Amino acid sequence: MDTDTARIDELISREYAHGFVTDIEADSVPPGLSEDVIRLISAKKNEPPFMLEWRLDAYRHWLTMREPDWSSIGHPPIDYQDIVYYSAPKAKKEGPKSLDEVDPELLRVYEKLGVPLKEREALAGVAVDAVFDSVSVGTTFKTRLAELGIIFCSFSEAVQEHPELVRQYLGSVVPRGDNFFAALNSAVFTDGSFCYIPKGVRCPMELSTYFRINAKDSGQFERTLIIADEGAYVSYLEGCTAPMRDENQLHAAVVELVALECAHIKYSTVQNWYPGDRDGKGGIYNFVTKRGDCRGAHSHIAWTQVETGSAITWKYPSCILRGDHSVGTFHSVALTNHRQQADTGTKMIHIGRDTKSTIVSKGISAGRGSNAYRGLVKVLKTAEGARNYTQCDSLLVGDRCAAHTFPYIEVRNPTAKVEHEASTSRIGEEQLFYCRQRGLSAEDAVSMIVSGFCKEVFKELPMEFAVEAQKLLGVSLEGSVG
Amino acid sequence: MQPILEIRGLEASVDDKPILRGIDLTVNPGEIHAIMGPNGSGKSTLAQVLAGRETFTVTAGHVRYLGADLLARAPEERARDGVFLAFQYPVEIAGVSNVYLLKAALNAARRHRGEPELDAMDFLALVRSKLKSMEMPDDLLYRSVNEGFSGGEKKRNEILQMALLEPRLAILDEADSGLDIDALQVVARGINALRAPERAMIVVTHYQRLLDYVVPDYVHVLSQGRIVRSGGKELAFELEARGYGWIDDAVPAAAGAR
Repeated sequence: MDTDTARIDELISREYAHGFVTDIEADSVPPGLSEDVIRLISAKKNEPPFMLEWRLDAYRHWLTMREPDWSSIGHPPIDYQDIVYYSAPKAKKEGPKSLDEVDPELLRVYEKLGVPLKEREALAGVAVDAVFDSVSVGTTFKTRLAELGIIFCSFSEAVQEHPELVRQYLGSVVPRGDNFFAALNSAVFTDGSFCYIPKGVRCPMELSTYFRINAKDSGQFERTLIIADEGAYVSYLEGCTAPMRDENQLHAAVVELVALECAHIKYSTVQNWYPGDRDGKGGIYNFVTKRGDCRGAHSHIAWTQVETGSAITWKYPSCILRGDHSVGTFHSVALTNHRQQADTGTKMIHIGRDTKSTIVSKGISAGRGSNAYRGLVKVLKTAEGARNYTQCDSLLVGDRCAAHTFPYIEVRNPTAKVEHEASTSRIGEEQLFYCRQRGLSAEDAVSMIVSGFCKEVFKELPMEFAVEAQKLLGVSLEGSVG
Repeated sequence: MQPILEIRGLEASVDDKPILRGIDLTVNPGEIHAIMGPNGSGKSTLAQVLAGRETFTVTAGHVRYLGADLLARAPEERARDGVFLAFQYPVEIAGVSNVYLLKAALNAARRHRGEPELDAMDFLALVRSKLKSMEMPDDLLYRSVNEGFSGGEKKRNEILQMALLEPRLAILDEADSGLDIDALQVVARGINALRAPERAMIVVTHYQRLLDYVVPDYVHVLSQGRIVRSGGKELAFELEARGYGWIDDAVPAAAGAR
């Protein structure tokens, strides 16, 4: 048994492939947070006054708040005065107007990461917005999308070009003072992606944002806002990496989705921030607020996430099922290895009649990783005929890891049907031996068993992402058996 | 002729509890050896030790497979070299299709032998032909490994894997347990179809009934971790008629009659 555990341990160690640092001259503000810093950020971005007011309100609110302590994760205190709140690659002019003006060094970074930004090389059918530290460095396929009336650009650009849309929807799903990290983000967010799909338009390609933290000691606070107007459809992908550094870096993002009547938003994440080393040194603290509002009847928001990176993952992509007959789905794979900690899950708030939600959560713990599913299903009085189905499965690899499930269910309407199923299993010596007796290496066996375990979630991902996710899991587990 | 398997003085224990207490056995190409014995006599342990299960510790003796030391090698190396164990309790693997595991297994062996891997088309053609011979429906390929399989389907799936991997040494651990007579006959036909001059089989069974269909060349009776009696196929009938109590009372035969 002991040899088996030792082998699994070996399998789990493998190096982070995206840990390189790029030497790019940056325009950064000194570490620390104050109203002045916020004014500076807002000025650097040439924002209209309403944005500055919004930020300052958020900041003042944040000052009255405390870091949440209800989750199962632990970390040394974060010194918010020691973080750089704005870091941007120094542009030669005002900022890149098109990809041709983007610093070639930056384009090479994204190539190295497998995300070529040059349109002719871009993945067919995927439009990419690349966010490097605090700012968006380029968005592909913009003109083609514009022909359909689709707006897909950096958040900064949206503030300049479409202030009315930003003003109408910003903070309408995740209010400024929603929680500690959302308030912080609202005060200091520097960029992110913005997307608007007009009435009745089906976005013909996957939209995607690729986030990259590069600068030292900087936090990344991006904000994504996606609005699908009546009958619109969009599938959106998000990918993330960061260099290997010994210090922990804070990432506190906010994502807001708005689905109007009969609109459908599919939001997929493959999160591979640097997880820290074997002993838990370094890595990204990922405190993220993601929420979708099914504002219109028959709207549908689907979250799919594969979380393999970060030292800490704290996120609960949620759906507010306001519209009658609206549908919320959440499919998640979270893997924790070494000393990674994840406290993740979802909230499904049923407000409208005949609203439906599905939750499928797969947690994999290896090494000394700790993995918690935390989910809330809330059915309000108004939600006649609401349905929820929740399935939480945990898979343990080795015997020093932990898995927890915290389901919260609140039902205020007697016609609601809420189902919850949970299971915990271990990659057993028996399963491993069976596969090895058939000639598979222990490593291949573990990765085969893990992908089988995650299959229900992977099939929700767009094709290219599913392949990437599968590879990522393999990478994250490799070395644990040998 | 080089024996396929030579076991000499093999002792093995689990958690310091001795299970095998000195096994001697020689298996030549083309032979089928039946290992019989009461529950707890060490039959399954022997099968698993030969396949390399690490829950058991070999404390003495050695085993040569095709002339080379078997015990020093990892389970997957033994498998790729042609040692196959049909499990008494095949494990379930959720979300992994049967066909995926079969292909991975076959290609692991082919790589090891320096042969090109089979592509999906060639593999499917091959596995379909084997499937037919095991009277198994196609959909069994696409279901998760052993998940929701009936007892009979699990056992047939083991024989299917054996047919596909074409081992030099097949060890069948209670291939008949839990089968009704129809399923038993299918499994037996599958096993018999794999009898070949270059292949040897060790058939571990508690009851004689499998041996009505798969006729062994030799029968060995295991008791308390030792082979206490060896003989031809008639020995199985004798056991069936007189039970294992008769063996326990008998004076242990010279260990390893062959």
